Amino acid sequence: MTDVVMHAEEVHKSFGRLEVLKGVSLEVTKGETVCIIGPSGSGKTTFIRCINHLEKIDSGRIEVNGHLIGYRQKNGKLVEDSERNIARQRTEIGMVFQRFNLFPHKTALENVIEAPVHVLGTPKEQAVGLGKALLGRVGLADKVDTYPGKLSGGQQQRVAIARALAMGPALMLFDEPTSALDPEVIGEVLSVMEELAAAGTTMIVVTHEMGFARKAANRVVMMDDGLLIEEGTPEHFFEAPTHERTKQFLSKIL
Amino acid sequence: MHGLVAVDLHVIWQQVFHPNNVFLRTLWATVYISVVSQAAGVVLGLLAALARMSRFAPLRWISGVYVWIFRGTPLLVQIFYVYFAFSWPTLNFGFWTVPDAAIAGIVALSINEGAYMREIIRAGIDSVDRGQMEAAKSIGMTYGKAMRRIILPQAARVIVPPLGNEFNNMMKNTSLVYTIGVFEMFAYAEQNYSQFFIADYFLAIAVWYLILTTVWTFIQAWIERRLSESERGDELSFRERLELSWNPMAAWGRGGLNR
Repeated sequence: MTDVVMHAEEVHKSFGRLEVLKGVSLEVTKGETVCIIGPSGSGKTTFIRCINHLEKIDSGRIEVNGHLIGYRQKNGKLVEDSERNIARQRTEIGMVFQRFNLFPHKTALENVIEAPVHVLGTPKEQAVGLGKALLGRVGLADKVDTYPGKLSGGQQQRVAIARALAMGPALMLFDEPTSALDPEVIGEVLSVMEELAAAGTTMIVVTHEMGFARKAANRVVMMDDGLLIEEGTPEHFFEAPTHERTKQFLSKIL
Repeated sequence: MHGLVAVDLHVIWQQVFHPNNVFLRTLWATVYISVVSQAAGVVLGLLAALARMSRFAPLRWISGVYVWIFRGTPLLVQIFYVYFAFSWPTLNFGFWTVPDAAIAGIVALSINEGAYMREIIRAGIDSVDRGQMEAAKSIGMTYGKAMRRIILPQAARVIVPPLGNEFNNMMKNTSLVYTIGVFEMFAYAEQNYSQFFIADYFLAIAVWYLILTTVWTFIQAWIERRLSESERGDELSFRERLELSWNPMAAWGRGGLNR
């Protein structure tokens, strides 16, 4: 029980009349890397955005580190939590976006230390030490004072990973982190992610990179039409998928 | 007394290069009325812009009505109404007295300016990519903190150029408060004209308005340069190029000329 980091139960979400998530349940334990694959429009991205409450869920529940995300129990009903509490919950969850979303008016280092200094209240010198160490870990020790506009896409995404790691989150979410990158720089981002996975970071990765899923994932889940339809080890997935939809999907993209 | 081209150089020379104390006080009035009104206008505009984007419908309506009224009626009418409909105190800071009319003028100019600033600030905030707010929230920021630290600093780059225009207009529009009896630069010229019938007093203050707006142009350019710091690459700044032009050796300190 204690080593469950993320627990999602019967998550439903609609945009207007379009039901995007039709009851998704998933559990991720400490140190696990889970890859979510599936065709576009299957709800992968929506699901991962629900985990840090960038999207509000309509029903079901999501817990991270034992805390209910985005809602609190009141008289047996779930009501949306206060902004301050939601913000606090998000400090336990690192998010890496498809389009990096670095702060363009801040240098690489300033991007990384923004949350430690201005959200967690870490003393600046300490945060700078941490920030430089993290930028070193993603291979960008020499780009500390560079603004995002002067970095390549791969470098920007690695800064974004360092920024998310800076809060020491219990869970890292990656929303198609390489989909907006030029092919020649995808490798550098994936190798940083593989290194994180190997170091025991708990990660949920929405990805189309089957090579990464095969190499780094402990578990792969397939989503289709708002549901988790198949779940298993990478070996199971890439050698003997059982579900017809999974076979179709994999045959198309492999 | 004057020919067709009636320029009394003496008056202009006096007013521009040897301004007397009375004139300097009116110049100061013009400066402080425009600076305070613009600053308050920006604050009002920001509040109205945030209200316009609020999830709470009544706030959006209030913001809409505010802009509708104050952009849709003449500034002069607003100034008269604000001055005559309410009673305003005279503020005395000891060394500096702000008369009631000046306060009414500042209030009217601020409220009017806020209505224009709202649209400018909203356009600035809209210009910031939506992903920025999401990224800020993901690292644990509340809406307010994300606005202050992430969104507004980026919006500023879009806001400052039109804000500069607004302030330029503001400095000239302050002359309207002469009509409710504020003794500012235009009032000074008008008073001297009606005493001596020398139109060059107007020309002299025109020179002063031009000096004020020109100084502001330089300040604005400086602010815009500061704000675009993150976009500048390794190319040399204007000042560095200037330094290089008379001291080529300075380049060595930066790693040579061919960087």
